[in-house]
Amino acid sequence: MRPVRDIAVVAFGQTDHRRTSDEFSEVEMLMPVLHDVLDRTGMKTSDIGFTCSGSSDYLAGRAFSFTMALDGVGAWPPISESHVEMDGAWALYEAWTKLLTGDADTALVYAYGKSSPGSVRDVLTRQLDPYYVAPLWPDSVALAALQAQALIDAGETDEPALAGVASRSRTAATSNSHAQLRGSVAQGDYLVRPLRTGDCPPIGDGAAAVILAAGERARDLCERPAWIRGIDHRIEAHGLGVRDLTDSPSTRLAAERAGAFERPVDTAELHAPFTSQEVVLRKALRLGADVDVNPSGGALAANPVMAAGLIRIGEAAARIHRGLSDRALGHATSGPCLQQNLVAVLEGDAR
Amino acid sequence: MSKEPVAVVGIGQTKHVAARRDVSQAGLVREAAQRALNDAELTWADIDAVVIGKAPDFFEGVMMPELYLADALGAVGKPMLRVHTAGSVGGSTALVATNLVAGRVHGTVLTLAYEKQSESNAMWGLSLPIPFQQPLLAGAGGFFAPHVRAYMRRSGAPDTVGSLVAYKDRRNALKNPYAHLHEHDITLEKVQASPMLWDPIRYSETCPSSDGAVAMVLTDRAGAARSPRPPAWMHGGAMRSEPTLFAGKDFVSPQAGKDCAADVYRQAGIADPRRDIDAVEMYVPFSWYEPMWLENLGFADEGEGWKLTESGVTELDGDLPVNMSGGVLSTNPIGASGMIRFAEAALQVRGQAGEHQVDGARRVLGHAYGGGSQFFSMWLVGAEPPAS
Repeated sequence: MRPVRDIAVVAFGQTDHRRTSDEFSEVEMLMPVLHDVLDRTGMKTSDIGFTCSGSSDYLAGRAFSFTMALDGVGAWPPISESHVEMDGAWALYEAWTKLLTGDADTALVYAYGKSSPGSVRDVLTRQLDPYYVAPLWPDSVALAALQAQALIDAGETDEPALAGVASRSRTAATSNSHAQLRGSVAQGDYLVRPLRTGDCPPIGDGAAAVILAAGERARDLCERPAWIRGIDHRIEAHGLGVRDLTDSPSTRLAAERAGAFERPVDTAELHAPFTSQEVVLRKALRLGADVDVNPSGGALAANPVMAAGLIRIGEAAARIHRGLSDRALGHATSGPCLQQNLVAVLEGDAR
Repeated sequence: MSKEPVAVVGIGQTKHVAARRDVSQAGLVREAAQRALNDAELTWADIDAVVIGKAPDFFEGVMMPELYLADALGAVGKPMLRVHTAGSVGGSTALVATNLVAGRVHGTVLTLAYEKQSESNAMWGLSLPIPFQQPLLAGAGGFFAPHVRAYMRRSGAPDTVGSLVAYKDRRNALKNPYAHLHEHDITLEKVQASPMLWDPIRYSETCPSSDGAVAMVLTDRAGAARSPRPPAWMHGGAMRSEPTLFAGKDFVSPQAGKDCAADVYRQAGIADPRRDIDAVEMYVPFSWYEPMWLENLGFADEGEGWKLTESGVTELDGDLPVNMSGGVLSTNPIGASGMIRFAEAALQVRGQAGEHQVDGARRVLGHAYGGGSQFFSMWLVGAEPPAS
């Protein structure tokens, strides 16, 4: 689908992601990031046409947690604003649709998550079917391990290859000052077979923000806007028993609808918290060896839940802003074993 | 640039009750969605995307339940978005779905909101203590009662107005087969004799806790042309937010509510809401919010809203009926309540509201709010397609 209006990511900012942030509230964590993206564009809150955020009450441990973050935005005079209880990548999608209607020309999108106050492995079990599955508390690592084992059994990868994904990602992260895990990280012991600690993402806290702008406004705000050529997301069945865990048809369909296969991309920022998930996504997205995958280090280097997907789009856009990429793909996922996937295709103006 | 006109061609609700022990959450949402599809005479295959909303995940104890509900809502292989904007979420969800059609991303979208409050305790779900922040004081009533008092003091309204609203809405609910509370023996005296909960709010002036779901099928001009029943057309929609607490906040008549209404009226070409709008489905969880919102939405001057209520203007047979369905006071599955307002507004302009139909309703406002009177979402629907 060709969007009816040209919309671009014109600014991206993120926190330094870290294991704990006890000394900061969510608002305090978020504020510098919001100021960062506003400063980059020279805009004030009152200049923004639409604001949308992504977060989860279950991480915060309280209902309506996003209301406090809104206070941090400075919603006075009142603003046009919305919130998704999803990763911020979907907040960006909502903002993109709002800009498509022509009701706004600019949008501020942000997302944040603090995993440190609780056990994120346990918290994520509360996403599962509440009657039949959640009571068993199968945690996110165990579910990812099922997927990894299915891949190994299908001959699509093996443990050394997975270790290679981990090593490549964290080596790439050495050039990302925001990343939580960088450089040489031991693969470590099995956490849940066949996944070792090195195959799993760090647990951490962080926030990110993006500014979108339409048409000429984007060129005013950014020297080289990252135009959203297409963006789409798809969901799969929840029950793992009815899915082929070695494949991601929702990613493939979203990529197709976003136009990802029309021309090759040079960069792909994939939201793959587990090494084995990169294997699935590479296949679904038909990424060849020539594509620079997760130059930021990806979710294996920093995985602030609810913001990690938005960061992938932001990182892809930032590479276009910096002239390091001409056509990049940003991907976000949600749910157990890549249940829901979003794909954005971003391009810089021809040089 | 021009937007695609958006039409409501299917509406479905569950019968709202205190506890739907016969269905799971998936069963509950499926029921409303299937009814909306039946109304539109469409199948699951006709739906391009699903937009779902509900209030806090803590109410049912499921984190991001849309993941689990994807199968039940026929969303597998489709885009599915989950909106959460506190009490206004039902309205916001419908507006997000509207934008998918208006922005020509999709042709036909299913939007749905629900709450299955019987699976937990909403009052305590709203009352998780947090350091350095004002708790909601054991449920929403404790938060809102002081603002009702402020309204009474500011406007000089007699203390009987709240009970008139409750009496009206509960009688209206008797004409709505989907309403939760059907109090066949309701009298004004009973409302006035009910226990005081959060002075000045009495028991019968508060909303119930409901299980329920509501769904709508939204479509573009081509989809509307195929609709078997009259569509409702979206003429204007907006959301506005302001901070929870700050020194300049007017809790009686928040600026965000005024701005939101003004935006909707501008889009819809409404010059004088009192004259140009035929009826209102308004988010009134505590009875006194009817006169308060009448002022906030521009139907009455400041301090005058209670006079409309007292003189019977807002009765079902009045000049500006408010909450023909019985409103939130009679049915409150929190996350769905805002969308029920939007859906009931659409039912009215489609002429499909049954016993609680307002004769000749051509333009009707649906209104929702949430948080500490800080999130607002509204839409105005009409029987005719928008002019441009």
